[in-house]
Amino acid sequence: MTDAIDTDAQIDEEPPTRYGAPLTHSRGQQVLHPDRETWRSTAETLFADNWTMITDLTAVDFLTFEPARQLPKGVTPERYEVVASFVRFDTGERIRMRAQVPADDPRIDSLYAIYPGCDYQERETFDMFGIVFEGHPDLSRILMPEDWVGFPLRKDFAQGVIPVQFKAPQGGGQR
Amino acid sequence: MTVTPEKIGSEETSATPTARATRTPDPEGGQLDRLPRRHAVLRMSEVQAAELADAPLDDENEQTMLVNMGPSHPSTHGVLRLMLEMDGEIVRRSKPVIGYLHTGMEKTGESLTFLQGGTNVTRMDYAAPLFNELVFSLATEKLLEVDIPPRATWIRMLMCEINRIASHLLFMATNGMDLGAVSMMIYGWREREQVLRFLEKVTGLRMNHNYIRPGGVAADLPDGWRDDVLFLLDMLPPRLAEYDILMSGQPIWRERLQGVGVLAAEEALALSVTGPLLRSTGIARDMRRDEPYLAYDDVDFDVLVGTRGDSYDCYAIRLNEIRESMRIVRQILDKMPSGDYRVQDTKVTPPPRARIDESMEALIHHFKIFTEGFKVPEGEVYVAVESPRGELGCYLVSDGSPTPYRMHIRAPSLVNLQCLPHKMADGLVADAVASISSVDPIMGEVDR
Repeated sequence: MTDAIDTDAQIDEEPPTRYGAPLTHSRGQQVLHPDRETWRSTAETLFADNWTMITDLTAVDFLTFEPARQLPKGVTPERYEVVASFVRFDTGERIRMRAQVPADDPRIDSLYAIYPGCDYQERETFDMFGIVFEGHPDLSRILMPEDWVGFPLRKDFAQGVIPVQFKAPQGGGQR
Repeated sequence: MTVTPEKIGSEETSATPTARATRTPDPEGGQLDRLPRRHAVLRMSEVQAAELADAPLDDENEQTMLVNMGPSHPSTHGVLRLMLEMDGEIVRRSKPVIGYLHTGMEKTGESLTFLQGGTNVTRMDYAAPLFNELVFSLATEKLLEVDIPPRATWIRMLMCEINRIASHLLFMATNGMDLGAVSMMIYGWREREQVLRFLEKVTGLRMNHNYIRPGGVAADLPDGWRDDVLFLLDMLPPRLAEYDILMSGQPIWRERLQGVGVLAAEEALALSVTGPLLRSTGIARDMRRDEPYLAYDDVDFDVLVGTRGDSYDCYAIRLNEIRESMRIVRQILDKMPSGDYRVQDTKVTPPPRARIDESMEALIHHFKIFTEGFKVPEGEVYVAVESPRGELGCYLVSDGSPTPYRMHIRAPSLVNLQCLPHKMADGLVADAVASISSVDPIMGEVDR
């Protein structure tokens, strides 16, 4: 934790690495930036190093994100980012993995075989963002109906609006 | 329970090729040995299930039957639907089908300001709404890098522990009802209502409080709050003793729960199960003790663990966690500091009501905060708290505007639901009800 740099300040410098991936800090929390190819092997390393469980897995769609992305040197920003959080019980430490996933090929390796606890959350991320987790045993929609078209949490998925009808008050509305 | 008349082929004599294809694959080189009962996870789509309706009956070979349980079934706590593959009365494989309560709350969260976000997240786990508000507020404060005053911290702790009592009382009621102790439903509800009455007095609402907000809490505790809390602390112990007479020591109750829906510690860890369910398997993990947030390192309490991981342990742990929460509440009564109940940072906090009558600037400031909201510096954080159901997390991404760019809630109910097929594997369908009940899923949180 001590040898890491502050993400916001020094992104031009060569970042320190941990588990073979660039390490940054976000508000004091450790973040690893593996690429898509090393996503699964980094998780395997975490598992081998006694990280107890995957607590969270989700994605972010950076389509309409306006400020400059704060990423360590060597990491190219892409439209999607898959985020997985891990915890280890022996030290109470937490770490997060963030991998860039391009819009034209939204696929990444599944972590199901290493941490089966991400089963539903990978399905949820697929359901909401259309990111394909390769190697997942049953990548199907989980929250939306099976025949749903589109991926609701993508930024270009329109948010439904129900128009409000204003009616004249009872008795003609004239005073 | 609706029993569909169709029969499907057993695994050996599969009636259709689709049924065979849905068996859980076994990827090479993984860690799936930790889940010895993973064959019990049914992977079957609605289309595949519908196709099997036409499968011919085969009296020569053994066939299993696909039974649909829920989504509106009294023991499924709302709208959980289970697809059960039955061999007579034995559940072989099962699949929880969820999404019936999905309203896109994470999408909604992207269009509400950080100030309005509390009203959205509080509706997720409706049995423990204050925890949702707490985790959202903690994440926002982490992004803002503001420290809240000690009194606000202790008020949050007090309210959350009282909410935990209410949530576990609800579990007592529904668990009793699911397993045939129907009078328990009335008792549990009666006590929970008393607890909610206190929450209503403080926040104005029985549920969905929007009381814990970024920067502190919405209002200070009302006059006489101490007496109200003491009333609860006096009222509950004899009632909990009644529960012990009615359930804990009673042979029928024990027979019904002991050894039913067993989950091994290794399975629970592999499936990312947290909360009382993980503790029932013997793993002493409680974020209040292991990663103290708020002021939990200033109070004494025990982390309760089970030994067998069965439904009885789940029940006993929750019953005794009510007592532990009361112990914490008593200490909070002694240690409640005086001071401000919200941070006096004009960026985050609206001016006091009285100032608005005197000062034009205060009026403008008040108007701005409630129309535009306050800006949160860009960044991303993951914050987690120990809710009555396990690790409740909030992942926030801010782009520097007054609304979150992405708001994700790590719902313990959703993740814990993954253990259901494992718990129910090769058990009776009657015991499936006990397993569902001991997982205690809140569907509003599962589907969000």
